[in-house]
Amino acid sequence: MPYEFLDDIATADIAFRAWGKDLEELFIASGDAAINIMVENLEAITLNQTRTFNLENDALDLLLFNFLQELVYYKDSELLMLRPQQVNIKENHIQESLIYTLTAVTKGERLDPLRHHQRVDVKAVTLHRFQLKKTNDGWTAMVILDI
Amino acid sequence: MVPVDVLKKISDVVWEIPVSYKAGMRVPARIYGTEKLIQELDDAVYDQVTNVATLPGITKYALCMPDGHFGYGFPIGGVAAMDVEQGGVISPGGIGFDINCGMRLVTTNLTYDEVKPQIKQLVDKLYERVPAGVGSTGFVKLSRNEFRNVVEQGAQWCVRNGYGWEADLELMEEQGCLEGADAAKISDKAIDRGVHQIGTLGSGNHYLEIQVAKPENIFDREVAQALGINIPNQVVVMFHCGSRGFGHQVATDYLQIFLKVMESKYGIKILDRELACAPFNSPEGQAYFSAMKCGINMSFVNRQVILHRIREVFSQVFKRSAEDLGMHMVYDVAHNTAKLEQHVIDGNKRSLLVHRKGATRAFAPGMADVPERYQTIGQPVIIGGSMETGSYLLVGVPSGEQTFFSTAHGSGRTMSRTKARKTWRGETLQKEMQSRGIYVRSTSYTGLAEEASGAYKDVDRVIEAAEMAGISKRVVRLTPIGNIKG
Repeated sequence: MPYEFLDDIATADIAFRAWGKDLEELFIASGDAAINIMVENLEAITLNQTRTFNLENDALDLLLFNFLQELVYYKDSELLMLRPQQVNIKENHIQESLIYTLTAVTKGERLDPLRHHQRVDVKAVTLHRFQLKKTNDGWTAMVILDI
Repeated sequence: MVPVDVLKKISDVVWEIPVSYKAGMRVPARIYGTEKLIQELDDAVYDQVTNVATLPGITKYALCMPDGHFGYGFPIGGVAAMDVEQGGVISPGGIGFDINCGMRLVTTNLTYDEVKPQIKQLVDKLYERVPAGVGSTGFVKLSRNEFRNVVEQGAQWCVRNGYGWEADLELMEEQGCLEGADAAKISDKAIDRGVHQIGTLGSGNHYLEIQVAKPENIFDREVAQALGINIPNQVVVMFHCGSRGFGHQVATDYLQIFLKVMESKYGIKILDRELACAPFNSPEGQAYFSAMKCGINMSFVNRQVILHRIREVFSQVFKRSAEDLGMHMVYDVAHNTAKLEQHVIDGNKRSLLVHRKGATRAFAPGMADVPERYQTIGQPVIIGGSMETGSYLLVGVPSGEQTFFSTAHGSGRTMSRTKARKTWRGETLQKEMQSRGIYVRSTSYTGLAEEASGAYKDVDRVIEAAEMAGISKRVVRLTPIGNIKG
């Protein structure tokens, strides 16, 4: 499990730290961390529905914010618990500016209270102390989710 | 932790951090609480409340109520009044993602002895009829266009559609509908998230509770009577919820809009991105204000439909009509809002946008917007404690002027959810609570463990501090006997 929930950051909300050897791994780990706050037994989520996200942002950390927010959106709009399967991030130079684009394939199913052990609902992704950092051996992120 | 010599003691329950503490502070920060509560405070609160003190237009003080704790942007318990004629800003981080998260209290004319034999049946039926937990959906079926009308019309739509009584409306802030709510300022995503969620409790610290007003817990008999608490061991129902995914998405959308324009267009620099803001009198500020009002209205609608379900359940269980059971609303308070209010500052009347994030408006007797029937006693304030301990009904007082008539909203957490889930087990807690006479149902044992009273401050001390500071007055302490945890 390439993420951990933090004991001493936030009280009413939940903070996690996630990591990966590259950005793609980090995004997948962060997505699973967010879903794991809502469903404790991630392995019980059957991967029978697919949603593809196409997102862009000129800030890389805000791209992660948008990606997590998209998972929260599908949780309410379609009751889908989605786990990221593949993430591709590209740098695009458009005229003078740099835009990051993301394509993510996520799979999952509708929340089933009988099979999915619920923990708590994620209301939103906050930007408080939000961090995305390159480290010596990859990437790491710290995120506080509003509960 | 703020060094002790930086924290200036103003009184036994008011502590000040001067503007010299941090570059950019426009006003001092003031934290409410006894010395013990201050010692227990999360370190992050000091940083967060002093960040708030740097926002444009902030007037007098950046405030934190006695239940204050670690938030995002503002601390929870944060209050900040922005002078809109002096470039004052509006910030989603000063309101919270759960726009108009709030509390509602309803009386019955039943006593504990009458309800006790039915408590399991009541809680089980309420658990069935008021969906709770992750991504739950309600029974009100609406098209997306109809939902856009509902968020503009607020609780008035509910009463017109049979989900409430006409008399309920005057017992809500703004009569359950904030004027100027404009659904054209709402994204399709927000509509998608909220359209199926009317009448649902949500999760986290949201709950629905059956409580008893024991005679020994009545602090002011006369005011309690005026609020409808007038039978020994009277049973009441209290619940806590907000605007669900709809409000969460509205705040998320505008947080991003403000981040884009804040510095480039308005030259505002902030110390935390979660404090993203725009001048109140700007196109972006006004758009968010109109959108946020839809969030406020959605929350009134949500609580109104839940009230309707509660009345149905009691009526079914006791085989009497809700009217006959005296199921009158006491009041509905919002504790995550920004509202344009008139306040007298240093002798001058000013138009202030008062942000209250995890803080409750507590208007004094005689103030406009206090319902006519409460004009002599002040605005009721409903405080939810932890599910194991108790909750409070308070009223606003004239000396509340010092906090722009704001007080606490709950007991305030002291321990993180992550730590609490390692400390307690939901199944054990449920059994222990049952042996103490509290029947609790939850969609999540982990969620239940995270709400253990040990993770919270002592609500009695918090409310005492609020009274000592003169920001609200105790009327009744309410004891839980049945609880639904989201």
